[in-house]
Amino acid sequence: MNTSIKLAGVTLKNPVMTASGTFGSGAEYSEFVDLNQLGAVVTKGVANIPWPGNPTPRIAEVSSGMLNAIGLQNPGIDVFMKRDIPFLQQYDTKIIVNVCGKTTEDYCEVVEKLADCPVDLLEINISCPNVKEGGIAFGQNPKSVEAITREVKKYAKQPIIMKLSPNVTDITETAKAAEAGGADVLSLINTLTGMKIDVERQRFAIANKTGGLSGPAIKPVAVRMVYQVANAVKIPLIGMGGICNAEDALEFILAGATAVSVGTANFSNPNTTLEVVDGIEDYMRRHQVEDVKDLIGLVK
Amino acid sequence: MSEKVKESAVIVSQEEISLNIYSMWIETKAAKTAVPGQFVALYSNDKSRMLPRPISICEIDKKNNRLRLVYRVVGKGTEEFSTYQAGANIDILGPLGNGFPMEEAKGKKAIIVGGGIGVPPMLELAKQLDAQKKYIVCGYRDLLFLDNELKANGEFYPATENGSVGTKGTVIDAIKENKIDADVIYACGPMPMLKALKEYAQANNMQAWISLEEKMACGIGACLACVCKTTQKDEHTNVNNARICKEGPVFNAKEVEI
Repeated sequence: MNTSIKLAGVTLKNPVMTASGTFGSGAEYSEFVDLNQLGAVVTKGVANIPWPGNPTPRIAEVSSGMLNAIGLQNPGIDVFMKRDIPFLQQYDTKIIVNVCGKTTEDYCEVVEKLADCPVDLLEINISCPNVKEGGIAFGQNPKSVEAITREVKKYAKQPIIMKLSPNVTDITETAKAAEAGGADVLSLINTLTGMKIDVERQRFAIANKTGGLSGPAIKPVAVRMVYQVANAVKIPLIGMGGICNAEDALEFILAGATAVSVGTANFSNPNTTLEVVDGIEDYMRRHQVEDVKDLIGLVK
Repeated sequence: MSEKVKESAVIVSQEEISLNIYSMWIETKAAKTAVPGQFVALYSNDKSRMLPRPISICEIDKKNNRLRLVYRVVGKGTEEFSTYQAGANIDILGPLGNGFPMEEAKGKKAIIVGGGIGVPPMLELAKQLDAQKKYIVCGYRDLLFLDNELKANGEFYPATENGSVGTKGTVIDAIKENKIDADVIYACGPMPMLKALKEYAQANNMQAWISLEEKMACGIGACLACVCKTTQKDEHTNVNNARICKEGPVFNAKEVEI
């Protein structure tokens, strides 16, 4: 049985990875999860300089999901390179670094610094709904998606994953724009912009007023978007949005994703990623599937 | 590496000890290493509630591998927990965070302060703290709870908002009214109380160790939801934010901006 998959020439032992922002750089979860068993670890977004993030409260629970507006707090690329990359290098897993910025130059500076680092892929976050500048500002307009992809590609030595926003009318347009700009892989979806009001206190539940909705609440939207994008581009996709178990992961794979990321479910059960890995193998045995790649986009 | 797991703990007993305040003893491996001031994450059986609830540890019984959790029903998650009966299981992760630095009270006079649902973690601290003198000052809305257990572990001074028991007013009013003089404060409770204690400690040249709370998602330091502002740059985050679940929940009052 073969569970390995390929993303832009990089072979992952299985299609299961972590979703950026839910797993730090792996250090905290390494006490619960054997990182060697993951296809890849996707780190929390890192910028050219340290970002303090948003005021608290930064999260709120909602039915079958949560809202977050962390605001991409991060220690900056220099500390990240000195501390977090060497930590992850101890493990037999692929390292995917999520990159954020306020301007095109910010993104390129980080990508350039990472060029000679032992990192396997870069995921460019142009879809964070919780920061005023950068983030989603790049991700909602196909022209700017294509432009930033093209710019980042000039500096990158690793293959580039562009992370798409679901907060658009037609996600296939931004997907095609990223592909035209030279993206090697696409990941989708980032969170959906949402809001919760604390009725007793008569105020917003999170300080940023709006936050990104994640968790099982968004899964049907995410599966639909993966299916649409899989039929619109030729490059491989990483699917995410509410994956809690192998069945959820398989929905994404059957819809057209080559790999999947587990995010919010890590908070409910730190061991979710490994349960998804095992569950996919069980499914392959039950359905006599020799190679997981045979499942990608099987449902037309 | 990967030695910690989410555990299915067994509920030994559950009772309502005051209006909407529940006391639950659970049997768990977490009791082996728990120290006063730490917390556990409790998971809902209703999977539409994805995030664990951080609940402070009220008492530790290492001999029987038991923890006592005293919590207030404030929402659907805690409401669900309150319906669990003895013999049922509850998923927990813990112990999490760092406890109160008990060595800071050695040979000194200490005030242990709890406010509202910040009272429970102060009980195990009162039991274990080795100080020259222990004053226990607790603020309540009106109804007292855990007062008998607290009285057995130090001089107990309650304060109530309506003055029905003890000092009428805040814990600061109770400290002043009873002319309590000490070297170090340990506290858990609502933010206005912690702010007042931080100022009081500063004005009276005392040390203060305060336990903070914030909305949490992961509970283990990965998601950066539960941060607090720090006066110095935090080593991990490289900005002036510490993680309450990981570096806290107990902080030196001087080192946090509240």
